[in-house]
Amino acid sequence: MAGPKANVDAADDPDDGDDGVRIDMISGARMEGLTGMEKIRLILDGVREGNIVILEEGLSPDEESKLIEVTMTEISPDDFTGIEIETYPKAEAGDQSFLDKLMGRESTQKLTVIGPANRIETLHKDENLISTLVSRK
Amino acid sequence: MGLLTNLRDSISRVTDGLFAADEPKRIGIYGPPNAGKTTLANRIARDWTGDAVGPESHIPHETRRARRKEDVEIERNGRKVTIDIVDTPGVTTKVDYKEFLDHDMEKDDAVRRSREATEGVAEAMHWLREDVDGVIYVLDSTTDPFTQVNTMLIGIIESQDLPALILANKTDLEGSDVQQIANAFPQHETIPLSALEGDNMDEVYTKIAEYFG
Repeated sequence: MAGPKANVDAADDPDDGDDGVRIDMISGARMEGLTGMEKIRLILDGVREGNIVILEEGLSPDEESKLIEVTMTEISPDDFTGIEIETYPKAEAGDQSFLDKLMGRESTQKLTVIGPANRIETLHKDENLISTLVSRK
Repeated sequence: MGLLTNLRDSISRVTDGLFAADEPKRIGIYGPPNAGKTTLANRIARDWTGDAVGPESHIPHETRRARRKEDVEIERNGRKVTIDIVDTPGVTTKVDYKEFLDHDMEKDDAVRRSREATEGVAEAMHWLREDVDGVIYVLDSTTDPFTQVNTMLIGIIESQDLPALILANKTDLEGSDVQQIANAFPQHETIPLSALEGDNMDEVYTKIAEYFG
């Protein structure tokens, strides 16, 4: 059995997807300069290829709302059934900066795991641990 | 900070005063599939207008379009509030037509139902960002509330600064655990009820008047 492999960037691996499960770990810095729709496109393009996407810093509530909306528009029978998404429960915003509080901005720094609904299943989740089972194609 | 905060509060008070008058508030009934949203919407509509909002079913995604019941006047303790109830499809991140096949449905019907369900959820998310003034969030008190969809939706509602009332539904069923819901969302008040049996609706109406009046 081929074990899961982690790619920091989307490399064109000929073995990719055949036996293993590709995991894209996307840093906060990589997401920082993207617009909301660019982030959603980056996530959904990866997930629709069967990859697991891990975001270092998660999405804002507004982006999460749009992610659900766009995911719904892309679901099609026998092709794409949607996404499974997990984050740690939202922590109290005690680590927000003074400027964030002033501007009403919320901290969105929460590790987020997103995968195709037909390949990822959450086994256990609490405030410290997300345990998921990822099946191969 | 003080000056900016005061300015923001003043603008907010002025705009609230301009629009609050007697305009009906659009109250979205949100929650996961099969939480009893339509049963609640029908209960409220029947109690105050005599009409229903839409059909109820144990099959997930029975409600596939947001349905609105306008100008529902609720009177509580001498106070009258007028709301438009918006019953929304259960929010989810996945829809697989094969799940409907378990409910004695032909494939064509199941595919059509799943397509309508996805459109309905997308529409409900859009409503939440753009078109509701408050949210009644309905949860099935016999199921685990610690789901990602619940966490995300409550986060989205809070980020929009919308008043939100959390209802722990289906208290008539064995295994109902209202405290578990209260523990999941301690920042909000949780009201127990059975929309099906009409249990504790008095408190629900009092809270609707209090939160959305």
